[in-house]
Amino acid sequence: MSDLTAEGAAAHVAVRLPSATADLPRWRLLVRRPTFVVGAAILLFWIVCAVFGHQIAPDDPLAQNLLGNNTAPAGTHWFGTDSLGRDVLSRVIVGARDILIITPLATILGTVLGTILGLFMGYFGGIFDLLVSRVVEAVLALPAVIISFLFIVALGPSTSTLILVVGLVFTPLIARTVRAAVLSERHLDYLAAARLLGENPLRVMFAEILPNVLPAILVEFTVRLGYAIFAIATLSFLGFGVQPPTADWGSDIAVSYQHDGLGAGYWWQTLFPALAIASLVIAVNLITDSVEQVQSS
Amino acid sequence: MTALEVAHLDVTYRVRETDRLALKNVSFTIERGESYGLVGESGSGKSTVALALVRYLPRNGRVSGGTIAINGKDPLAMRGHALRELRAKTVSMVYQEPTRALNPSLRVGRQVAEAFELTGQNRETARESAEQMLRKVQISDPDRVMQRYPHELSGGMAQRVVIAMALAASPSLLILDEPTTALDATVEAEVLDLIAALRASFDTSVLFISHNLAVVAKMCDRVGVLYAGELVEEGPAQQLFDSPRHPYTVGLLRCIPRRGQTKEHARLDTIPGFLPSPGHSLAGCVFAPRCALAEDQCRAAPPPSFEIGAGRTTRCYRHELAPQLPRDTPADVVMSPSEAEPVITVSGLSKTFAGAGAGGRGKSDRVHALAGVDLEVRRGETLGLVGESGSGKTTLARVLLGLTPPDDGAVMELAGSPLAPDVRRRPREVLRAMQIVFQNPDSALNRRHSVRSLIGRPLVRLGGLTGDRLRDRRTELLNSVRLESRHLGLRPAQLSGGLKQRVAIARAFGSRPAVVVCDEPTSALDVSVQAAILNLLADLQGAERTSYVFISHDLGLVRYLSDRIVVLYLGRVMEIGPASAVFDGPHHPYTEALLSAVPSIDGQHPARIRLSGEIPSAANPPSGCVFHTRCPRRLTTGVCETVEPPLLEAAPGHLIRCHIPADQLHGGTSDAG
Repeated sequence: MSDLTAEGAAAHVAVRLPSATADLPRWRLLVRRPTFVVGAAILLFWIVCAVFGHQIAPDDPLAQNLLGNNTAPAGTHWFGTDSLGRDVLSRVIVGARDILIITPLATILGTVLGTILGLFMGYFGGIFDLLVSRVVEAVLALPAVIISFLFIVALGPSTSTLILVVGLVFTPLIARTVRAAVLSERHLDYLAAARLLGENPLRVMFAEILPNVLPAILVEFTVRLGYAIFAIATLSFLGFGVQPPTADWGSDIAVSYQHDGLGAGYWWQTLFPALAIASLVIAVNLITDSVEQVQSS
Repeated sequence: MTALEVAHLDVTYRVRETDRLALKNVSFTIERGESYGLVGESGSGKSTVALALVRYLPRNGRVSGGTIAINGKDPLAMRGHALRELRAKTVSMVYQEPTRALNPSLRVGRQVAEAFELTGQNRETARESAEQMLRKVQISDPDRVMQRYPHELSGGMAQRVVIAMALAASPSLLILDEPTTALDATVEAEVLDLIAALRASFDTSVLFISHNLAVVAKMCDRVGVLYAGELVEEGPAQQLFDSPRHPYTVGLLRCIPRRGQTKEHARLDTIPGFLPSPGHSLAGCVFAPRCALAEDQCRAAPPPSFEIGAGRTTRCYRHELAPQLPRDTPADVVMSPSEAEPVITVSGLSKTFAGAGAGGRGKSDRVHALAGVDLEVRRGETLGLVGESGSGKTTLARVLLGLTPPDDGAVMELAGSPLAPDVRRRPREVLRAMQIVFQNPDSALNRRHSVRSLIGRPLVRLGGLTGDRLRDRRTELLNSVRLESRHLGLRPAQLSGGLKQRVAIARAFGSRPAVVVCDEPTSALDVSVQAAILNLLADLQGAERTSYVFISHDLGLVRYLSDRIVVLYLGRVMEIGPASAVFDGPHHPYTEALLSAVPSIDGQHPARIRLSGEIPSAANPPSGCVFHTRCPRRLTTGVCETVEPPLLEAAPGHLIRCHIPADQLHGGTSDAG
């Protein structure tokens, strides 16, 4: 039939000019955004520090020098020294390692578990959704750090405990987001079409719905990554995260705090690790914003 | 004085750092008190014209050439205050979606009064004026409506309110952009009547934009046909539609089933190809790549505007030959006649939805979407389902498919064996037998899946095919819906609307179903694409002897495709019978009203039966005959209010639910469209 070739020709045109929301590679839209570029540059810097920290650091982060403790930033120690005379700059650089290992793993764990839970809640709905939603709300009512704190006290602090606990605390938060995304898919006709093919629920959830809610999950993941950095740093500060003498931003601030470093005027012991935490969180949030805007454009 | 004069208008959109011409050299005028129609398919630039007139173009759009004069004044030269004055007092716009044009957080009365305050009235006079205006747009109790919020109004009522606001300043130009497209046919008819009446009494010029040729034919004195941003033909409405002189207009009119045409007579004609993409650089006539009459001259230079009679122009070198445009689609049809053997039989089918409160807070919350439906679908036939929105058409389709379980007591059979009410409990053979083509392919196709997996999955899942047999059958299916193998790797977003719907049809036909439900399969598509899809459905039916349950609000389409027709109202079958009998009469008064609400292109508008009021809520259906509240032929004996009439046989196979004897029911308003 003649309309066949004609429509075919038009489809060819359509392939050459994909709409912005269709299949134009997202990353190309991303790298055009200055916010993304700045965020990614900061993040990349900290990743380099985490990987090559010991090679980059001017001093051994663990080397004590009790005669030169609490010295202010100067030529030999750009960021000054701490109460044990260790080089703050080196500790800030090397301190990136644990937080950059723990936070992504914890967030990935929370995202995977939350996605599975959210898919089930959104897809099955009914009494299951009702019950789980109440539990989720109960967990959300408590500060994440307090819950983590309780579990870590019970389990004892270690890297794997930290990942597990923070991951589990984030699970309900992510589940709630995924559930909402699933609900907005549920009325779409492709799900009715899948039911008419007799597809089983697991396939419908993971092969039909999941690919469509993935963008929302990606945004949620980056948002949670920012929160996870804060949570881990806070737990370290409280002494339930990375344990001394390992270099870590949160616990270094805590050490200075315990010696009343700020009160004594040793501001560099607090400021530089704090700036490190802030820059990492800001970097992740800049990336999050860009990803979110590209998704919705 | 001319109300609007547009001369050589060019509009450019800047998309990804390149300029794309959306309107090219568009010229037309609207005289004082005249109604001018702009018709065209999506992408033709109709709405861009409206936006350019009042300088509402989006940020990346600009008028790049030509002039506009509204009452002799140039909006392109206006700034700030003058432009606001123009928009407030001289030009008004009414859009497609009335509920989106109203502010959801303000009461109707406040919003309408505000429109009057803008013209300089004080608060109290504005309120009075608002009330009067609402009366003029035939709102019977303005006081009550003014107290309401927009979401509490029906679509038709909301559009009246928007029109009232648009008329507040007694504008000299009223722009109506698809004002009735979102409304039901019976409501559309009322709103169109209202616009016609108001135009007469306000002496306003109207620019009426629509994709619906019949609506434009009814409403407008003169018509311009837009194609790819160019005005290809212009002339007095009736002349233009009776004897079009541009191949595009000719083709467009042939895509629409006319007066009683059915699938047995001939295929619909189609327009080959597609609209050139915006920003195209065609040397010659924009329509040449799709035109069967095109010759070298057409491809070489754009045709000038030819005068072809009083007030008629066309941009076609070969306009004298246009009426003899060769058919694009051969007319021959191969139909296998439908048989009497039923495939699906249902009886006593009801569906009650629990109300808003979960679980239902007592009886008043229950919505009776379907009540006591008995019908059968015969092998190889098309059963048309018609009715206004809320009549239960889609619910009936979903119940048949098992997507929505019916109330207890319903009996459903497929080829003589009982049909499980829930799709999850239907065995594979039953799933294979019943499939659906949804209205909106964007919702029906998983946007993350490729055409390959969309078409292939039913073959794997229901057909158990693998390897070469899967590949062969997939190719066969692709060919039968006229897609090509290079489409297999694409995602839905990379396909046009028509191609997407072809994928959806291929998916439905994958399991060689006995019955396919078509739920408004073409209402999201343009007219020329719609014709190709309808032809495809008819061809597949001829080849596979598939039965269709065809749902549409467009009675012309239903007439074209259906062998038998069911008319639903508030979930009840009001009339059922062979398509010709339902259309020729005698009809149920409701069917009669539906038929007379359809505007026709040939300008013969039979005496109208107007339905008063809105469709009642299915949560609280009227007593007796559910139609009595709107029935123009309600009996004075009071029987209609108290006793539900039975479905009575008017002729063999033709049943009507009415107290009026069949020989006294009207006939002859047939052949809509």
